[in-house]
Amino acid sequence: MSARFRPAHADAPAFNAVLIGAALAVAFMLLVLPLAAVFVEALRRGLPVALDAIVEEDSLAAIRLTLVVAAITVPLNLVGGVAAAWAVAKCDFPGKRLLVTLIELPFSVSPVIAGLVFVLIFGAQGWLGGWLQARDIQVIFALPGLVLATVFVTFPFVARTVMPLMQEQGREEEEAAATLGATGFQTFWRVTLPNVKWALLSGVLLCNARAMGEFGAVSVVSGHIRGETNTMPLHVEILYNEYQFAGAFAVAALLALLGLVTLAAKSILERLSGRPSGGAA
Amino acid sequence: MSATLIHARPARVAPVPGLGLSLGVTIAWAGLIVVIPLAALAIKPWELGVAGVLASLADPRVVSALSVSFGAALAAALVALPLGLLLAWAIVRLEFPGRRVLDGAIDLPFALPTAVAGIALTALLAPNGWLGAPLMAAFGWQIAYTQAGIVAALVFVGLPFIVRTVEPVLRDMGRDAEEAAATLGATRPQALARVVLPALAPSLLTGFGLAFARGVGEYGSVIFIAGNMPMQTEIAPLLIVIRLEQFDYAGAAAVGLAMLLLSFAILLGLNLLQRALRRGRR
Amino acid sequence: MPPHGPATPRRALIGGALALAAHGAIRPASAQQATLLNVSYDPTRELYREYNAAFARQWQARTGQALRVNTSHGGSGRQARSVIDGLQADVVTLALAYDIDAIAERGLIARNWMARLPFNSAPYTSTIVFLVRRGNPKAIRDWGDLLKPDVRIITPNPKTSGGARWNYLAFWGWALRQPGGSAATAEAATRQLFRQVPVLDTGARGSLTTFAQRAQGDVFLSWENEAHLALEEFREAGLEIVYPRFSILAEPSVAVVDGNVDRRGTRAAAEAYLQGLYAPEGQALAAKHFYRPRDAALLAANAARFPRMELITVDDSFGGWAEAQRLHFNDGGVFDRITAR
Repeated sequence: MSARFRPAHADAPAFNAVLIGAALAVAFMLLVLPLAAVFVEALRRGLPVALDAIVEEDSLAAIRLTLVVAAITVPLNLVGGVAAAWAVAKCDFPGKRLLVTLIELPFSVSPVIAGLVFVLIFGAQGWLGGWLQARDIQVIFALPGLVLATVFVTFPFVARTVMPLMQEQGREEEEAAATLGATGFQTFWRVTLPNVKWALLSGVLLCNARAMGEFGAVSVVSGHIRGETNTMPLHVEILYNEYQFAGAFAVAALLALLGLVTLAAKSILERLSGRPSGGAA
Repeated sequence: MSATLIHARPARVAPVPGLGLSLGVTIAWAGLIVVIPLAALAIKPWELGVAGVLASLADPRVVSALSVSFGAALAAALVALPLGLLLAWAIVRLEFPGRRVLDGAIDLPFALPTAVAGIALTALLAPNGWLGAPLMAAFGWQIAYTQAGIVAALVFVGLPFIVRTVEPVLRDMGRDAEEAAATLGATRPQALARVVLPALAPSLLTGFGLAFARGVGEYGSVIFIAGNMPMQTEIAPLLIVIRLEQFDYAGAAAVGLAMLLLSFAILLGLNLLQRALRRGRR
Repeated sequence: MPPHGPATPRRALIGGALALAAHGAIRPASAQQATLLNVSYDPTRELYREYNAAFARQWQARTGQALRVNTSHGGSGRQARSVIDGLQADVVTLALAYDIDAIAERGLIARNWMARLPFNSAPYTSTIVFLVRRGNPKAIRDWGDLLKPDVRIITPNPKTSGGARWNYLAFWGWALRQPGGSAATAEAATRQLFRQVPVLDTGARGSLTTFAQRAQGDVFLSWENEAHLALEEFREAGLEIVYPRFSILAEPSVAVVDGNVDRRGTRAAAEAYLQGLYAPEGQALAAKHFYRPRDAALLAANAARFPRMELITVDDSFGGWAEAQRLHFNDGGVFDRITAR
């Protein structure tokens, strides 16, 4: 295209090339290098050492626990997030802004505080501590505490991904369905869900990725019992503190791989759906 | 389900049903997971009494840690803002090999556990690391164990928030407005400055706010790289942990509450600014 | 009004998930295999990994009961807090008596715990030594050398690390003994010391990684046993141990957590576990992992590995841990004062 015909709203190719170069450089420095460091460190003593660290008993227990926590957390936040998005996008009620703020709040709460609040409630010195102890129910330093902290931290992901899209799509279709006599559940299942399913899936995947990788909040409520209450990120820290650097990075690399697979699944889904949403987390 | 057929009303537009259930689930969910726990945080510090809380927050170390956390988060969000815009622009507007890979890689910081990110960044930026050594040799700059290290970690953590909030708006915007501006005789820089940037401003602000809020509270990735020197590189979340380890629950909650209120105030300010921006554009 | 019928499947889902979560919450009282939980501090990982296996063998031989000993490691203060918050520890083996006192204050451990086992309930001791780079390029031989202007010191944060409190007190004790030494001169010297610390990690392990792996600082103030471990783990970093003439007697204490063992019915095993640390096999394991054994004969046999040093104690020099903690490490204490500017 000659310069004369290049429309004024397009940038010069040279300028674009500079932009592309800059974008790639930023991505390389900020995103690729840290990830590469993880894998290089993991393989520093060779693949067998890395694999040994992963199939070791305590590592397997940590992997299992992480998957269980994610498997409980994600459905909870899926149901809650979808309900919240539906209520906010499709209905009118007083206090809606407040509700949206509440939903976004966990993003701005330090993970350390997220752990602390559950200690304040369920810890032996906390509000419910005595009651729980009398019944021999263990919340923190056990699976329920890990789940609670993780649910808190990953709370906004599903709602935040689905809500803008539901809002953007308006209510006409749902109102039409309601006029035709559909129940709320029918409307949701047949009208709303098909419209947002891809965004929903990517929200779920982001939520899952974050649930598996959460460190700060979980660290406060875990108790760090080897093979019992250590999730993968905590196990990474433990191995690191035992100077088993290759092992620590091997488990970290596995965790990163799980995250990468999740992200790849997400972008494939988005491509399939022609990217319906921005999916900002 | 047949019960609902009864109230198939003749109204022109029926309100969307399901408010009761969805709101019920939402409130139960938000109440149990967010409201009650944060209420615990809001109540705990006052065991110290009002004067006690104020004294516990006026401690120079607390003031310094809060200013390190907020300052570093602000700096990191400012650094991440143009970088995030650049990446969003590249993903949406430019065609180049590897664009999809780049798109996928943006979310990496979400997926990488923060502690792993912290260890990896420290390994990279320490004075004997891949990036740290050349920087040290060439410029005498030390990144790890200084405030710059904290900012670097927070840029990493905050970047996807900015890209992912700007990107959909950029995609949505299309090029019509720019083309119109060009037709009306605007130069390219004018079109960018007067048309594109203002349209993106609210989402940039949102992304900035998210990145900032996330950065203020970040612990896992910062703790390895910060150096943790009191009055210099000690962050507020670490202070919470330190107070907890001294069995000072109320003091820990006081710092937590202060952090929460401060970031809430800043987010509210950003929200108002954003609304003003939107109104200004109409 | 919205219909409520279709709510059931979703409610069922939530109910199911909650039930699943609750299921994990309730621990069956009669587990098929008995477990003990030892909540310990950072540097004891290697020691207790070996001791746990040895004790489980002994216990099974003696009682026929299969036993699994779990451990949790972390900064001593954090570990004590976890126990206070409800971590079901049967025994605690922490870096300093103060942290066990904190648990005792909450009623989980009898107040007289220190008198229940020999040697102040500290079955092994340790001390603080210096770890320097190969050839000791900055010629650091004693505490005074740390204050040379070009020396950078790595230590963890005394606020979060038990080991770091021993470091701090050892230095303070040295400063007091200098000619004309007083609390004021000791404070000035300690202030100078921390000015020369570039990184304060939260725990001993993180700190050693910073020193050895990230090549920060010239000298690392270390637990004696950690220093030996570091020589093995960071062979390529080329480190050397320097024994100052003078240091502090660190007595990492152990105690049965009465509140937990009585509820869980694990008292017999927990007490045997701690007593075993004083038995020949336990003492030998401690010595193997570079903790100074209490057994005089064993210590003499290992004289080459444990050079004689002049050691002060917290009780004699600082009036006990409660007092040292209050004066130096609590909020507003000396440590806060010297790190503020």
